[in-house]
Amino acid sequence: MTATTGSIGLTARPHPREAAFSIALLAAALVVLVTLGAILLILFQAGYQAFARYGIQFIWSGAWDPPRELYGALPAIIGTLSSSFLAILIAWPVGFGIAYFLTEYCPRPLRGPLGVAIELLAAIPSIVYGMWGFFVLAPFMASTVQPWLTETFAFLPPITNADESAGFYWFSAPAVGVGLLTASIVLAIMILPFIAAATRDVLLSTPTLLKDGGYAMGATRWETMTGIVIPAVRGSLFGAVLLGLGRALGETMAVTFVIGNANRVPDSFFAPAASIASVVANEFPDAEQGSIKLAVLFALGFLLFVVSFVVLAFARLLLRQGRMA
Amino acid sequence: MTTGGSTSATSSGPSGAEPGVRPALQPGRTARINRSKYLRRKSTDAIMGGLCTFAAVLGLVFLALILFTLLSKGLRGMSLDLFIHKTMTPGNHGGLANAIVGTLMQVAIGAVIGTPLGIAIGVWLAEIGRNGRLASIVRFVNDILLSAPSVLIGLFVYQVIVKPTGNFSALAGGIALALIAMPVIARTTEDIIRLVPDAYREGSVALGARPSTTILQVVLPAASGGILTGVLLAVARIAGETAPLIVTSLGNLNWNFDLMRATASLPMTIYRYASSPYKEWVDLGWAGALLITFGVLALNIASRVTMYYRARGRRA
Amino acid sequence: MFHVNTRMLLKGARVLAISAVAATTVAGIAAADDITGAGSSFAAPIYTKWAEQSGAQGGAKLNYQSVGSGAGQTQIINRTVDFGASDAAVSADRLEANHLLQFPTCVGAVVIAVNLPGVDGSKLKLTGDIVADMYMGKIRMWNDKRIKAINPGLKLPALAVAPAYRADSSGTTSIFTDYLGKVSPSFKDTVGVGTSVSWKAGVGAPGNAGVAGAVTNTKGALGYVEYAYATENHMQVAMLSNHNGKFVAPSSASFAAAAAGADYTADPNMAVNMNDTAGDGNWPIVGATYVLLPTNPTDTARSASVMKFFDWSFKNGKPAADQLHYIMLPEKVYDMIRSRWSKVESNGKPVYTAAK
Repeated sequence: MTATTGSIGLTARPHPREAAFSIALLAAALVVLVTLGAILLILFQAGYQAFARYGIQFIWSGAWDPPRELYGALPAIIGTLSSSFLAILIAWPVGFGIAYFLTEYCPRPLRGPLGVAIELLAAIPSIVYGMWGFFVLAPFMASTVQPWLTETFAFLPPITNADESAGFYWFSAPAVGVGLLTASIVLAIMILPFIAAATRDVLLSTPTLLKDGGYAMGATRWETMTGIVIPAVRGSLFGAVLLGLGRALGETMAVTFVIGNANRVPDSFFAPAASIASVVANEFPDAEQGSIKLAVLFALGFLLFVVSFVVLAFARLLLRQGRMA
Repeated sequence: MTTGGSTSATSSGPSGAEPGVRPALQPGRTARINRSKYLRRKSTDAIMGGLCTFAAVLGLVFLALILFTLLSKGLRGMSLDLFIHKTMTPGNHGGLANAIVGTLMQVAIGAVIGTPLGIAIGVWLAEIGRNGRLASIVRFVNDILLSAPSVLIGLFVYQVIVKPTGNFSALAGGIALALIAMPVIARTTEDIIRLVPDAYREGSVALGARPSTTILQVVLPAASGGILTGVLLAVARIAGETAPLIVTSLGNLNWNFDLMRATASLPMTIYRYASSPYKEWVDLGWAGALLITFGVLALNIASRVTMYYRARGRRA
Repeated sequence: MFHVNTRMLLKGARVLAISAVAATTVAGIAAADDITGAGSSFAAPIYTKWAEQSGAQGGAKLNYQSVGSGAGQTQIINRTVDFGASDAAVSADRLEANHLLQFPTCVGAVVIAVNLPGVDGSKLKLTGDIVADMYMGKIRMWNDKRIKAINPGLKLPALAVAPAYRADSSGTTSIFTDYLGKVSPSFKDTVGVGTSVSWKAGVGAPGNAGVAGAVTNTKGALGYVEYAYATENHMQVAMLSNHNGKFVAPSSASFAAAAAGADYTADPNMAVNMNDTAGDGNWPIVGATYVLLPTNPTDTARSASVMKFFDWSFKNGKPAADQLHYIMLPEKVYDMIRSRWSKVESNGKPVYTAAK
C-alpha cells in the first residue's frame, strides 16, 4: 500500500505543473538543510577570529577578562554542562515517575487532562520561568533551602588541591539564592514535561505482551517495570533524557535570571556560574562590530550549537531506534 | 521478534524477579519466608507507586505555583490601560499596547513565512520524500532545528539581516521567529499527513487526479485540522520567545509600524520592566507576563481540544 | 467540510499578509520625525522623562532603549540609531575615526546598597578600599576587623559578605570600577576597569534592578546601583569615605559638590572624570553621562531633532533632574555644547543652530 502511494511523485507524467509542484516542495525541504548549514557556517565564520587569536586553547582556557581582552570558554562550558546535568539528575526521576504514574496508575479519564497539564509546563515562556526563579524561587532558596542543605551536608569534606587555592566545597557557601543549584532547579522544571512526555510515549509503545508476561509470572507492577519494560526500552528512555538535556543546554532567558552570571568555574553547588547562552545574552549588546568580543560570543555560540547538535542527534537516534524495534 | 525481545529482557533483568516468581507457583512449601518476601515486594511496589504519584503531583504543584505567582503579581497591573496606552515613563499610566502590537506584527511575520514553508516541508517529507535517504536526512535536521537554542537562531539572523541592513527591525525579529516556527510546523504537518488513510489517495489517483491535485485537494484538506493545530502550537511557541528578539528587533518605546525599524515586543518589554526599579513598571511587567502566559496556554489548550474532538469525531 | 477548513486557513494567511502590507504603508508617515537613541541605562530614567515632557510640548518623539553603554557606542558607530548614549567617555581617535561628536548631558551618582539585618545600613561606614576587597573576595565576613574599626557604634553580624554586580555590561559598572581602581591598585590589576570586568567574587544580576533585587533578597549582600534605583526601592545605602578621608552620605548636595569642580574644557571631547575628587563634602562615585552624535548625519532632519531635543532639555530639564537626583551641568557648559553642535554638518552647513 505504501508503495502505491509512495510512487505518486515519482511516476508522474512529466507535466510542467507537476514538475514545478514537486520542485517547489523539494526546495522547501532543502531550506531545512540550508538553514542548518548556514547557521553552522555563519556562527563559525563570525567566531573564527576568536579561534584564530586564542587557538584551540580557547575551549579550555578559564580566563574571562574583558578589560584585557582575554577570553576563554571553559567557565561558560562548565557552567552550561553542570547546570544541565544537575537539571537532568533532578528532572529524570520526577519525569520518569510522572510517566509511570500516567501509564500505570492514573485513572483513565484523568490521563488526558493530566498529561496536558504537565505538557503545559513546556508552553510557559522561558522569560516567565526566569522571573519566577529570580523573584520567587531564589529568595526561598536563600532563606530556607540553602541553609538547610549547608547544615545537612556539612560533613562532606571539601575537595581541594594542595594549596587550597581551588576546590569544590559542596553545599558550604553563602546562601545567595541565585547560583548553579537554583538554575538547575528552574531548568529541571522546564525540561520536566519533555522528559515526561517522551518517557510516557516510550512506555506506551512497549508491547503489552511483554508486560503481560511479567504479570503472568506474578511480578508486581514495579517489578515488571524494572525487570522487563525498562531493560527492553533502555535505549529509548536514555533518548528521552538526552532530549531534555538538549533543551537545557540552550536555554537562555530563564538561566540568565538565576544562574548568578559569574564567569568563573563554580566551587560549590550554590556558587554563581554562567552558561554559554547567558553569556551571549548578557554580553552581546556590548560587543562592538568587528571586536574580538563579538567574535568570542559567536565562537561560544558555535560551540554550543555543536554540543547541542551532538546531544540531540544522539537523542533522536536512540528514540528512533526504540520506535523501530 | 517480540518473543525474542521478551525472553532476552526477562533473563537480562534483575535476578530478583526470578525467586519472586517461584514461591508464587508453589504456595505450600515455604510459606513463612515467602510471606515476608511477598510483603516486601508488595510494599516496594506500593512505595514506588506512591513516589510516582507524588512526582505527578509535584509537576502539577509547579504549574500551580507559577500560575499563582503570575496571577498574584500580574493582576495588580492588569487594566484596560494596558491595551490602550503605549509604554511610558513611570508615573504616566503607560500601558503595553505598542509592545502587544509589536509582538503581533512579529509573530504574524513569523507565521506568514514559517507556515507555508513548514507545511511544504511536511508535505514533501510525508508524500514525496517518504522513507528515502534524503527524507531521513531532512527529517533528522528538522528535528535538530526544532530544539536548537533560540538565541543562536537570533545570532544567525543578526549576522545575515540586521548587520547588512544596518537596522534592528521587526522584519529581522519576524524572520528569526519564522525559523523557530518552521520546524515545528513541518514536524506536525508530516505526522498528520501520515495519518491520512491511503484510501483517500488511491481514490483520487483512481479518478485520474494528478499527484499535485491529490495532495492539494484531497490530502491537505483531510489533514487541515491537524495542520492548523500545528500552526497554533508554533504560534504559541514563538509568541513567548525573548532571546532571539534581543539581538534582532531591539525594542521600542513608541508605536512603530515600519517593518524595517526597531520594534517593541511583549516578552522584551516584560524583561526590561520586570527588572526595573519602578513599581509601576514592575507591575506592568508582571501583568504582561500574565497576559502572554495565559494567551500561550489558551492557544495550547485550544489546539489540543480541537485535535481531541476531531480525533473523536473521526473514530465515531 | 475539509475544504472549508483549508479555505479558512488560506483566508487567515491572506488577512495576515494584507495587514502586514497595510502596516508598512502607515509606517512611512508615522515614523518620519521619530528619533531613536540607545545606550546608557544609567541615564535612561532622565532621558525618557525629558522625552516625555518635550514630546508633550510638541517636540520630536524619542525612542530611547536602555541597552547599556557599550551597546550604545556600538549602535551609533553602526548608525543603527540617531544618537548613542554612554557613561564611559569614548577615546578621541575612536570619535575621530567614526565621525562622532561627544558631549555630556548631566551627572549622576553610584551608591552602595547593603542588606544587613539588625544594622541601620545608612549608618554603616565603608571605605573604597574595603569595598574593593569585598569585591575581590578578600573580606568575606561583615564582622571583619577592618569594618569594625571604622564602625565602633554598630553591632556587625557574623554574616558572609555577598557582593552583587551587574551581569550585563554597563556604564554603572564602568563608573564604579573606575572609582575602585583609583583607590585600590590591586583591584585595578586583578578585576580591571570597564563596562564589563573580570569579577573575582559575588553574583551577577541583570540590570540595576537585578542588583537591587539581589541585595534585597540576600542577607549580607551589598551592591552598587544608580542612586535613583536605590531611592525608588527604599534601600539602605552606606556612607563612603571620600578623597579627603571624610565619611559622606549620598545626597543631591554631595553629588553636586563633586560635580561642581569638574573642568569640561580640559579635554577637547569634554570627557571628565569626577570620581574620588578632593572636597570635604564630595560623594566619591560620580560620573557624567555622554551623548554621541554623528558629525556627518545621513538624515539631517533627525539629527537636527536630536539637538533640538537636548537643547530643550538643557533649558527645561532641571525639575525632572532634581526629582530623579541627577545633577545638571553649569549653564556655561551647556552653551559650550551648543556652540560645538555646529560641527554636525551637511554639505558644509551646520544642521542645527541653537536659538539664543
